[in-house]
Amino acid sequence: MSDDVPRPRSRRDSLWLKIGAPLAIGIVVLIAWEAMVRVNEIPWYILPGPLSIAETMVRDWHMLWPSLVNTLQVTALALLVAVVGGFSLAVLFASARWIELSLFPYAVILQVTPIVAIAPLIIVYVDNLTIALLICAWIVAFFPILSNTTIGLNSADHNLLDLMRLYGARRWQILWFIRVPGALPFFLGGLRISGGLALIGAIVAEFVAGGAGSGSGLAFRILEASYRLEIPRMYAALFLISGTGILIFLSFTGLNHLLLRRWHESAIRREG
Amino acid sequence: MPPLVTLSGVAKRFPSGTLAVERVDLAIEAGSFVSLLGPSGCGKSTILRMIAGLIEPSSGRIDWPGLTEAAPTGAHPELGFVFQEPTLMPWASVADNIRLPLRVAGVARAEADARVDEAIRMVGLEGFFRSFPRELSGGMKMRVSIARALVTRPRVLLMDEPFAALDEITRFRLNNDLLALWQQLRWTVVFVTHSVFESVYLSNRILVMSARPGRIVEDIAIGAPYPRDDRFRVSDEYGNLCRDVSRSLHRALAA
Ligand SMILES: Nc1ncnc2c1ncn2[C@@H]1O[C@H](COP(=O)(O)OP(=O)(O)O)[C@@H](O)[C@H]1O
Ligand SMILES: [Mg+2]
Repeated sequence: MSDDVPRPRSRRDSLWLKIGAPLAIGIVVLIAWEAMVRVNEIPWYILPGPLSIAETMVRDWHMLWPSLVNTLQVTALALLVAVVGGFSLAVLFASARWIELSLFPYAVILQVTPIVAIAPLIIVYVDNLTIALLICAWIVAFFPILSNTTIGLNSADHNLLDLMRLYGARRWQILWFIRVPGALPFFLGGLRISGGLALIGAIVAEFVAGGAGSGSGLAFRILEASYRLEIPRMYAALFLISGTGILIFLSFTGLNHLLLRRWHESAIRREG
Repeated sequence: MPPLVTLSGVAKRFPSGTLAVERVDLAIEAGSFVSLLGPSGCGKSTILRMIAGLIEPSSGRIDWPGLTEAAPTGAHPELGFVFQEPTLMPWASVADNIRLPLRVAGVARAEADARVDEAIRMVGLEGFFRSFPRELSGGMKMRVSIARALVTRPRVLLMDEPFAALDEITRFRLNNDLLALWQQLRWTVVFVTHSVFESVYLSNRILVMSARPGRIVEDIAIGAPYPRDDRFRVSDEYGNLCRDVSRSLHRALAA
């Protein structure tokens, strides 16, 4: 056996550039922001500097932290339901064309109707606020998983499917051995989008619920702080929300890499 | 002994209206190495896929008098199929790719492991069990594909231009290894190719096809004895046979 064996690719990826460059930009912007606030003596109730926001974050942590946990819970739970629901529905779609044809349009309708327009109704009908928020977050989050996974399940190699037929494979075997693993990269792509959307859905619904607020998520903190003109706390909550979004995105990117690094082009590092 | 498989008046017209195969009458003996030789688009793959039961002929019939089991309808454990592309699962290791047909058939783990081992050794891929397809060269991927076809211990191997995408040196090596396996295991091989040289080197019978709609216009026996090796490849006998078959192919295209 002496066919040419490809060498493993060298890994001189400029990792520090990928992390360092955006980090440097961020630091420069923060310094410029702080300097601008100080030089122009802008009062904190109009535009607080980053230091004052950090101070607020530490001082109000006892109220921000529970809100963060609350928002995270709703987001995570909505995402979980979106994953289970989106994936199962995609499998159902892949198993019978008529189901896909009859249900997909409604999934699209649910997706294209802005969540701010649906949220008030849901909040009216559902007594438990947490469940109402959950439903809103789910509605926005499930579509990318559904549509991506459906495409993935349908894009199996036709020769491989023929081969399975030759082996006398049953439908569930074709699904489980060929279609599902092949759909994984598509599913993970959908998951990455859905993660961000679940957070957006949770926040938007909380804004809509607004005053009804036995809720204590981050959006509620922003609303509450705005009524009291506590601008630094609005910023602190805002930073926590974007931080959460970034964290969700990064962890799914990491998951994507972990699961696909040995076989899928999207997760393989290249030279040069 | 009855032939292994017979095609009687087989034709294929696709729903698009393309008449891919016009009328094929053919009997293939067990243990033979038959090549279907013809230009691209003449219906070779279509014939092979009909033999495999993957598509139905639009007229005529295919029988398997040489097999004890009933005629194939889609599923057929006695057939192995190798495509032009390796057609591997990119997410699975070499061993798991080869194990696929055994998993489908529900073969017990220990038995399956032993058979995967055996198949990997037959194609010379020891040491690559845990590699992934993308880590292998084109020739090695094709070896995995062949091992997957062998692992069910088929009696008939259907190969659709399996080496067409490989460089010549790799192709020669795979030709030799395939012949060695064929002599050892005594399957029947139906081998699709558009290469005169490859068909002469490998087969004991060449079916020359016309351009579309495909018909078999010449049936040539290649009497050169096996084992054939690199000495045969440079012999006068091989050169003469190639010239004869090339002439037949030209006649077939002119017809
Ligand atoms: N599924 C199909 N539907 C319509 N036409 C097809 C289909 N498969 C093959 N053909 C046509 O049938 C002819 C023969 O194809 P094929 O058997 O693949 O040729 P070959 O393998 O000899 O190159 C070609 O003209 C091709 O375009
Ligand atoms: Mg072909």
